[in-house]
Amino acid sequence: MANIPFWIVPCLILWPVAAAAVMPFLRDRRVRSAAVYLAAGGVMALAAALLGLWLGAGAPVMTLYAGTEAVDHLMTAGELFLMALIVVLCIRHRQYPVILLSVGQTGLLLWSETNHPVPAAFHMQIDCLTMLMCTIAAFVGGFICIYAVGYMKAYHEHHTEYADRSGFFFSMLFLFLGAMFGLVLSENLVWMYFFWEITSVVSFLLIGYTRTEEAVHNSFRALWMNLLGGLGFAIAIAVAAATAGTVQLGEVVAAGAVIPVALLAVAGLTKSAQLPFSSWLLGAMVAPTPSSALLHSATMVKAGVYLLIRLAPALAGTATGMTVAFIGGFTFIAASMMAIAQNDGKKVLAFSTVSNLGLIVACAGIGAEETIWAAVLLMIFHSVSKSMLFQAVGSIENCLGSRDIESMHGLLLRLPALTYIMGVGIAGMYLAPFGMLISKWVALRAFVDADNYLLVIFIAYGSATTMLYWAKWLCKLVALHRTKEVVHDVTRRDQYLSMLVHAGCTLLLCLLFPLLAKNVVDPIIMELFGEAHDVLSMSVLTTMAVMLVSVIFVPALMFLITRSARSQIVPIYMGGANEGDNTYFVNSYGEPEHLYLSNWYLRFEFGMRRLMRPSVIVATGVLVVMLCVIIGGAV
Amino acid sequence: MLPVVSVIAYLVLAPAAGVLLDGLDRKISARMQGRAGPPLLQPYYDLCKLFSKQMIAVNRVQVLLNLSYLVFLAIAGAMLFAGADILMCTFLLSTADMFLVMAASCDSSPFSTLGAGREMIQMMAYEPLVLLMAVGFYLATGTFHVGEIIQAPTCAVALMPGFLLGFIFITAIKLRKSPFDLSTSHHAHQEMVKGITTEMSGPALGIVNVAEYYEIVLMLGIVALFFLNRHWWSWPLAIAACLFVYFLEILWDNVSARVKWDTLLNSCWVATLLTGGLNGLILMFVH
Amino acid sequence: MAKLAKSPWLLHYDGSSCNGCDIEVLACTTPMYDIERFGIINTGDPFQADILLITGGINHQSESVVKQIYSQMPNPKVVVAVGICACTGGVFKECYNIKGGADTVIPVDVYVPGCAARPQAIIDGVVKALEILQKKREDFEAQRRK
Repeated sequence: MANIPFWIVPCLILWPVAAAAVMPFLRDRRVRSAAVYLAAGGVMALAAALLGLWLGAGAPVMTLYAGTEAVDHLMTAGELFLMALIVVLCIRHRQYPVILLSVGQTGLLLWSETNHPVPAAFHMQIDCLTMLMCTIAAFVGGFICIYAVGYMKAYHEHHTEYADRSGFFFSMLFLFLGAMFGLVLSENLVWMYFFWEITSVVSFLLIGYTRTEEAVHNSFRALWMNLLGGLGFAIAIAVAAATAGTVQLGEVVAAGAVIPVALLAVAGLTKSAQLPFSSWLLGAMVAPTPSSALLHSATMVKAGVYLLIRLAPALAGTATGMTVAFIGGFTFIAASMMAIAQNDGKKVLAFSTVSNLGLIVACAGIGAEETIWAAVLLMIFHSVSKSMLFQAVGSIENCLGSRDIESMHGLLLRLPALTYIMGVGIAGMYLAPFGMLISKWVALRAFVDADNYLLVIFIAYGSATTMLYWAKWLCKLVALHRTKEVVHDVTRRDQYLSMLVHAGCTLLLCLLFPLLAKNVVDPIIMELFGEAHDVLSMSVLTTMAVMLVSVIFVPALMFLITRSARSQIVPIYMGGANEGDNTYFVNSYGEPEHLYLSNWYLRFEFGMRRLMRPSVIVATGVLVVMLCVIIGGAV
Repeated sequence: MLPVVSVIAYLVLAPAAGVLLDGLDRKISARMQGRAGPPLLQPYYDLCKLFSKQMIAVNRVQVLLNLSYLVFLAIAGAMLFAGADILMCTFLLSTADMFLVMAASCDSSPFSTLGAGREMIQMMAYEPLVLLMAVGFYLATGTFHVGEIIQAPTCAVALMPGFLLGFIFITAIKLRKSPFDLSTSHHAHQEMVKGITTEMSGPALGIVNVAEYYEIVLMLGIVALFFLNRHWWSWPLAIAACLFVYFLEILWDNVSARVKWDTLLNSCWVATLLTGGLNGLILMFVH
Repeated sequence: MAKLAKSPWLLHYDGSSCNGCDIEVLACTTPMYDIERFGIINTGDPFQADILLITGGINHQSESVVKQIYSQMPNPKVVVAVGICACTGGVFKECYNIKGGADTVIPVDVYVPGCAARPQAIIDGVVKALEILQKKREDFEAQRRK
């Protein structure tokens, strides 16, 4: 404590909030861009400073801020303001039921605070998991903000039908970053709840950015689902305060208070868009891409799994844990199946996000040392590579005017730089031996050790379906199809800067995997469980190193070998009916016909229309029944 | 020392064994159809011819991807024969297959793209059982390490007969046998030219063939893993079992017709659940 | 026999045949004639074929197709014209739409006459083609060495 200046944590939270306050007033695009660079740079510098100071102090667990009455009052005022904002917007858009949720939870919290005042020993805590989350949020988030500078300009050139509210957009991004830091640093549940609500509202406002009918509709769906989780959060706080006499997350977990833990877990499930709440994340894809990258894949949805990982020791071996693990595993397989039938790039990414979060949630639900190990690693890899994929798809959309995977046929020849970035991202998501797959491997082993065969089956089938949707996308990109239409790469330097940093990080994380596991993940496990064993043995790490080296070097080596081999280039085989080149053939009327190759989508088998409703029904049923059983049993 | 020897033996001898097995396959298939069939060494003659032909290609990256496919299969097999982690080996196997799929789709040609799509469906069909089988070995012997699995006191198959059945089922996909030879086939009766290998000629096709020989040996190696234990008699037993399984695949190839992709997917997934799924569940309860 | 002659793979293309010769070509693959004895496979893919079997005369529609397929076959390669139509145009020779035999568009190495050509004749033609193939292979090797 002594080594960390008192002001640095509030600065980390308030700096982006201050940036958020300034952004809407910067009308000139250039000034605003400079301000975004300054603000994002500041966020990264502050986070780096905090990380450095904390590491310099020997990476201890630190508790901060005991007496904070003034801040508490400010937060209450903030909560009332959020409630008022939601009420006003709901009335304007005639979404009355949502008002009930918002008023209900805020009222409940105020009632609890006045009737069961709980003196808090401290409000914030810095430990390994917190610092990891802060680092991810600061760096992934900071670079996404930089990406957004270029993206939003192109976006509004491309979409002239939407009002340019870029100032508001950046303001919300930074406000979100501030709230995210607050959320992960808070140990007091009331504080955490406050930041939790801010992220929900920011997400709601960003989804509605374009103000189209669809956007407004989807934003309210996101709002009510997140508020439902918020309501669970508020009830959990009230119950914990009334029965356990504490609102510190660590103490609630240590006491194993059944009802608060179960309700907090539900809040975590809504935030991380697990079934039956997945539809909000899918609807959120109408928002401009930087917000999808930042909120809906890299950080905000991670707040849900962050909470579940915090809860993990209290989940291990309990009915709540089993329910959470089932929901997670089920979401993993259901979302990955539905992803097969999507041809919209962002939709695939959304389903894949939901699916991967499901895996992390399942790991957290089992709550054993090994599974949390896998969960933390999955979280790291997923944040970086998925954020990069979102950014790449956003850039491709700006260039092509479409984010349909079908229109990305032969992208390697048209937008090579972006395609390589996509390729790194996709390979990172499912190919051996990149991070996601290794984490999946650990998760699989941990599920076997935890004697949960259902999850083993989910993961076996889910991996197969995951592979299909990534593989067919990758194949679409690498098809060497020379079209005559010219595509200009309108991606700006800001965007490339961010994407290249992400790509570099993805590769580095894979290369430094053993270091990452030892220096980042093991301490987290140590703090959560009090002990840490080597999850991966040295021989496995060696094998992995061999695999990694071979994946990178084999194609490179083969490239060198085959470069010298001389081959005659001939047209592709189309029954001998090519019309001179590889893009046209002679049809049965003797006329030239353009060759069009479509991917497999298996819509009738894996379509959302077929699978979504049954999945939601199953998940809802399990969740409701288990909640009744758990809460009934505890009361 | 032993792992090094067996890896080198695998890398050197697997293509030869593959050639013999393929020759045997063609001979037996011909006899089953009432024909004389080609000589036993026919696959070797084919390979020699392929490597002596002119290199023509539709683009410059395909042969690179083909070679990567070959090398990855060799590495995957080497891992198995080195006694490494079987789960890692299966992951690498699918990575290798991805290179073949990419090699076929990089042509942007209708026939090979269709073949690549079917190959991906096939991968989706067999992947669950392969993963479950690795889990099955872990449940039955307590380890993922091939080197330790073959030191078990009894044959793994005693505890996991379901997995073996399931594995025989999906090996038909890997060996490109009817009824699951959707993406390409060794037979002449092709309605979609040559599927995934349509645009590959001469040396490029030869590379794919050699890779397939590595794959055959790898698959049979996994079959042998079901039978191997610390007693000497398990080795001849395992070899006999491999040959028997290989014969079964040939028989199945000759008595069944190709199915559609949805039948393939459904039957493989259901078979996986009924064999591997049930077997694993029982193992988990017993242990 | 040398490498190539032991493993010749066929591509069968129907220029404008009445299907008579095509059926005879297919008959060669049946147990009765079993051309796989010689290591011959009917591939249906020019990229993998060594011998192009053409049945039927060439008309204006099939001309470009035959040329293209021929260009997609890797060297060394030979062409066998099966049936009298593919050899000379046959009874359709004078038709307004027929250019004539296969040799009007690509070089033909072996002519197998007959209407329809019998399987034995086809197999005989293919075996003759193997000798030419072998010679071409040597030329090709020599050229490559240069």
